Amino acid sequence: MQVYLDNNATTMCDPQVVEAMLPYFSEQYGNPNSLHKFGSSIHPAIMNAIDQTYTALNAADSDDIVFTSGATESNNWVIQSTWVDQILHGDKNHIVTTEVEHPAVLATCKFLEDQGVKVTYLPVNHEGVVEAHTVKSFITEKTALVSIMWASNETGMINPIKEIGEICKEKGVRFHTDGVQAIGKIPVDLQDVHVDFMSFSAHKFHGPKGIGGLYIKDSQALSPLLHGGSQMGGRRSGTLNVPYIIGMGKALELATQNIQATMASIRAKRDRLEDALLELSDTFVVGDRNNRTPNTILISIKGVEGEGMLWDLNNGQIGASTGSACASEDLEANSVMLAIGADNELAHTGIRLSLSRFTTDAEIDYVISHFKGAVERLRSISSSFAMQKPTEGGEVQECELHHH
Amino acid sequence: MAKADMMGASLWDAYSNKVTTLMNNPQHQGEIFEADAEGRGNKLIVADFGAESCGDAVRLYWEIDPKNDKIINSKFKSFGCGTAIASSDVMTELCIGKTVDEAVKITNIDVELALRDTPDVPAVPPQKMHCSVMAYDVIKKAAGLYKGVDADSFETEIIVCECARVSLGTLQEVIRLNDLTTVEQITDYTKAGGFCKSCIKPGGHEAMDYYLVDILADTRKEMEEEKMKAAADAKAAGGGKFEDMTLVQQIKAIDAVIDENVRQFLIMDGGDMEIIDIKKNDEYYDVYIRYLGSCDGCASSSTGTLYAIESTLQEKLSKQIRVLPI
Repeated sequence: MQVYLDNNATTMCDPQVVEAMLPYFSEQYGNPNSLHKFGSSIHPAIMNAIDQTYTALNAADSDDIVFTSGATESNNWVIQSTWVDQILHGDKNHIVTTEVEHPAVLATCKFLEDQGVKVTYLPVNHEGVVEAHTVKSFITEKTALVSIMWASNETGMINPIKEIGEICKEKGVRFHTDGVQAIGKIPVDLQDVHVDFMSFSAHKFHGPKGIGGLYIKDSQALSPLLHGGSQMGGRRSGTLNVPYIIGMGKALELATQNIQATMASIRAKRDRLEDALLELSDTFVVGDRNNRTPNTILISIKGVEGEGMLWDLNNGQIGASTGSACASEDLEANSVMLAIGADNELAHTGIRLSLSRFTTDAEIDYVISHFKGAVERLRSISSSFAMQKPTEGGEVQECELHHH
Repeated sequence: MAKADMMGASLWDAYSNKVTTLMNNPQHQGEIFEADAEGRGNKLIVADFGAESCGDAVRLYWEIDPKNDKIINSKFKSFGCGTAIASSDVMTELCIGKTVDEAVKITNIDVELALRDTPDVPAVPPQKMHCSVMAYDVIKKAAGLYKGVDADSFETEIIVCECARVSLGTLQEVIRLNDLTTVEQITDYTKAGGFCKSCIKPGGHEAMDYYLVDILADTRKEMEEEKMKAAADAKAAGGGKFEDMTLVQQIKAIDAVIDENVRQFLIMDGGDMEIIDIKKNDEYYDVYIRYLGSCDGCASSSTGTLYAIESTLQEKLSKQIRVLPI
């Protein structure tokens, strides 16, 4: 058996989505901007995808949803164009975000800092949640944008988007949220919350990679990031990615219809897995599961280093993820792990398991069994569980790698 | 950037078969207990290095025959990633049968070499070289405990890059001999900074005592100062009086003044100059120069710039100097 529990990284494209896309590669391949019938015949399918998108997110007709290459582009667009519109050509000079955002937001903000923009990186509480009152206290008259993720990719923790939206509305500051980890996992109702901009990527909800969107409330002004042939009403140039737009529409429909039932089903499996893993001694899970996306577990296992654990899980055909610095290309400690910062050990022992609506009970049983076996093996090797004490003078009190 | 960099390469693909085999099934993991070792008439040394909170920890056990200081058995325990486990396993293997004095000579490079499948293919990707450094550190610590000395006493030179084991002395020498100006060049010449990158500048994976950026800046500064001093010495060698110098000394003296006072401003504007000759013409010294780069043909080169060069040389060396561009 092989089990994929890394659905916060990417998901399987739903076969129904692939089926919906297929006719738009070699059969109906026209450019929707063309006047002839090869182009115009595509229009109904695109209109259908647009309708599916608006319905899934409960966007109003007066709002814009612009298709992009994904949330990285959408995040860059909002933040960089805010800089151009409100800072270079306006009287603002400040952006508020959090320490735990995705690199697409953090690295863009760092780039703007290099251009002289002031950026406040808000701290999160020990569960990884940014508190609304914190946001409120850091907004100034110079603040051009607040950018806060709806739910965390690392922990699954859900931020109080409704409260933050109300604060931003009251303060007259534009509010952007990276909705990548929320859509398809929890209800996203854009008429219930006040959000000016929301980024999303199809591949996180069983759509194809390389397509996503940016929601823009009330069609408000935002300079384009990509200039060119004025597609999408001039908001985002580039020939429409027809099959992918159609695929994303279908994926959104499938991910949001019956979302309460889907959530309950995933949550039941997640909770069963989480409870079983917490039977292991010296383990803990980050964040209250009632305020977490129902598919995510970030568990710390004392004495077991994250990359080693990932290795053993991979040997058992299980795909998971770790924030461990050892597993990254550059050995940089994971900023999200450090921001939660209850202790350093989490940064090295955290394993993230993220389910999908395709995860089965049999897979959960298999993972429980294999996971426990891997912990047992690695703890049998681990110095954290050794019995013989070091020779006097041979012990280490704290992190002593910085030794000279 | 290279073709392969377009894809997020998997760390795991770059591990040797030996590394993966030992990760899955380490041969020497386990413990030796004090009572058992003493029962066999041997001495047990147990040394820790690292901690769970810093992401890597290893505990090394040596059972030593006190009659000949020979390590007759060795085990390890490791909290760490797979390469840390494999490195610890090979380190333990390398220790068995050696005396403490021999074991202390084992370096992380020996550990990495022992993990290779073929002699010329690295066992781990560059950023994982660091995992074997702990093996080296814990051996020194164990040897220090056995001999009752500080672990650092086994280190004869200051190691700046622990992954590639490049010393401060080597780095300074290579920078001087090859006139290196960038950290990338240092890495190309010595491999220092090519692995975990902690030693390049502060803020990396691990805090260091020495960083390549500082060593480069300090060495360059020393080189500049020495150059200045050499120029000053050349001037002093002529008794300090321009008129009494030999022609060679005069050229050196003029060069030193140009270097110190003029050249930087020319270079800033994308130009430079060179001295062609000095001719004694009655009571005057005519210094022939040639402008280079953007100075050549610049309007100011025959007016303001020329005047500045001439007056500087007159002030520093001799009132009788005239500067003539060719």
